[in-house]
Amino acid sequence: MKKTKQIKSFPQGGVHPPDFKLTDQKQIENMPLPEKVAIHISQHIGKPANPIVKVGDKVKTGQLIAKGDGFISTNYHASITGTVQKIEDVLDQTGYKNKAVIIKREGTTDDWIPEVDLTPAIIKDITYSSEEIRSKIYEAGIIGLGGAGFPSHVKLSVPDGKKIEFLLINGVECEPYLTSDYRLMLEKIEQLIVGIQIILKALDINRAIIGIEANKMDAILKLKEGAKDIPQIDVVALRVQYPQGGERQLVKALINREIPPPPKGLPIDAGCAVFNVGTVYAIYEAIQKNKPLIERIVTLTGQSLKNPSNFLVRIGTPIKDVIDQAGGLPDDSGKILSGGPMMGKALAKIEIPLAKTIGGLVIIPESQATRNEVLECIRCGKCVSVCPLGLEPYLIMALSQKGAFDRAEQEKILNCCECACCSYICPSNRPLLDYIRLGKTVVNQIKRTRDTK
Amino acid sequence: MNISPFIIYTILALSSVGILAAVILYFIAQRFKVEDDPKIDKIEELLPLANCGACGYPGCRAFAEALVKADDLNNLFCPVGGNDCMAAVAKALGHEHEKKEPLIAVVRCAGSHQKRPKTSQYDSAKTCAIQNYTYGSDTDCAYGCLGHGDCVTVCAFDAIQMDPQTGLPVVDEDKCTACGACVNACPKNIIELRKKGPKNRRIYVCCINEEKGALARKACQVACIGCGRCVKECPFDAIILKNNLAYIDFTKCKLCRKCVAVCPTQAIIECNFPKPNEAKNNSISNHTTVQ
Repeated sequence: MKKTKQIKSFPQGGVHPPDFKLTDQKQIENMPLPEKVAIHISQHIGKPANPIVKVGDKVKTGQLIAKGDGFISTNYHASITGTVQKIEDVLDQTGYKNKAVIIKREGTTDDWIPEVDLTPAIIKDITYSSEEIRSKIYEAGIIGLGGAGFPSHVKLSVPDGKKIEFLLINGVECEPYLTSDYRLMLEKIEQLIVGIQIILKALDINRAIIGIEANKMDAILKLKEGAKDIPQIDVVALRVQYPQGGERQLVKALINREIPPPPKGLPIDAGCAVFNVGTVYAIYEAIQKNKPLIERIVTLTGQSLKNPSNFLVRIGTPIKDVIDQAGGLPDDSGKILSGGPMMGKALAKIEIPLAKTIGGLVIIPESQATRNEVLECIRCGKCVSVCPLGLEPYLIMALSQKGAFDRAEQEKILNCCECACCSYICPSNRPLLDYIRLGKTVVNQIKRTRDTK
Repeated sequence: MNISPFIIYTILALSSVGILAAVILYFIAQRFKVEDDPKIDKIEELLPLANCGACGYPGCRAFAEALVKADDLNNLFCPVGGNDCMAAVAKALGHEHEKKEPLIAVVRCAGSHQKRPKTSQYDSAKTCAIQNYTYGSDTDCAYGCLGHGDCVTVCAFDAIQMDPQTGLPVVDEDKCTACGACVNACPKNIIELRKKGPKNRRIYVCCINEEKGALARKACQVACIGCGRCVKECPFDAIILKNNLAYIDFTKCKLCRKCVAVCPTQAIIECNFPKPNEAKNNSISNHTTVQ
């Protein structure tokens, strides 16, 4: 008997939340230019950038306004044409204030810096060397747009003694509601293919795999069609299972390798580099069109929203403007999430500017926004069975709650990828991930002081 | 009486095993005896035996050992027992006792529900540590009390309670031993150990908001706006203005109360001073004086 080929996935755990992709048929629309933008200088992981403009300076769209400080850092560019109004602390998505450059718009159209190529033509020839590609990516301020915000040029710089064999492209988008990556894969196929070739060239390898969840069949077929002449690029359908798009899960599913646990824990340790499709598109624009990262695709969605859409939004636009563009904040809004409902963060205010890492804004109605009453743990073990990393969330939560952080470290609290499957599945509505996150921060602090001793 | 010989043999055998084991154990105990300084037991008896860890040692026994070993007692202090306890310890060990000012935990936030309106709703695990890590604040003030009572949970002396009216913790002056557990538990670093003061009278700036005046005032009616009037008024240079925030150095403050009078937002608080016309009634606790 012929064995049926199983669709690829990660081996253990995971949940299957209802997907609510309300905006999957909506084309990407351009947002009108905002009146004012506030661009935070520390949206990435690493050292904050240093502002190089002064209050009162006139800036053009795409002009450098903050320069990266060191290797693990990145540049920031003006996303509109106007005057620098202030450089001050502005509330960001974490709920705390951080330094940002505030630019007020002048005129109704963009005045781009001259080197940017604004023509719609798709340039397929890659004329740059691997070194040039890396420095151009750094110059353009590209960071991982999937959510973590790790500077992209760092991933492309392979340290001595390590080797990258595979380039994995993350088009999974396993979070409910979000469709920004999906729309990108439908509308910018050729650009994505060129972008992948650029990264392959920068890494000097010839194997790229695009992983997409099997519920986005049209995107899989279109990308397969687009990549049919390029033997290096493969498109693989993955099982619909959250968190298929997590780095560890994706690596396991696509090339059947394990990323070693922290403190190592980077894809490079498993011989691969993982890029989000949004990042690939940004890399294409930066290399072939000289266009720095000043805008991104954002899904604005919610069940009671008038007009949920996918917008191309300038970085730093107040989230309030984006919501107004989609028909205004519904009366029954209870929570506004940056990111999807599984891993996203509730925002404290709608005046918060859009960061490079926010791929979606989900407006949850009041009736669904509040948590249910927390009950006692009934030891059903569901959290253990859904944990994609094989941890025991109920135990780690209890340890973190009681302050037994040494035990929590032994139970591998730092391996947790914060996918929230445990909190999602818990029948007693226990805030498992909240306590695990707290424990992770404390354990990290303890570790840091211990290592410096 | 007819006893079965089995029972007699059993009793004899078991008794001889027991006696043998006792003899062996006695010699082993003598051979491996842990020589403990008898002073440690004596000192431990003098300590409060709360095992709270405020002295910096894992418990009263460990602290007693440290006391016996120490050459002088200047760096060792049990805040729970206070001066009386330490004087007794010093006497027992034949050391000089240096008197220390008693301290008390002071909550430096007066942003009650009424004075600091909520701007959003926090809806996760009800602990300050998690809210601080995930969210900042559900008011416009990112520095103020979060009100879930992590300080109440850690207090071993039942000396700090949440006031449901204001949503702020209130320290019981009689019970507080200044062990510092709440100071460490507060993720916003609001609680400070300050000098208890003569007749429990003290003055402090009841705010730690470092934002610019206008923003601080907008978030909370009783915020320190960093105007500096108290600094100018203070005749003893006891007030420091840093990052838009005034701080009263309690080692220099002479409790003249001039700063309290000039503060435009009533962010400086006096406790236990006799009110005009009711000089006798000075046993009012911390926060009743605020309002």
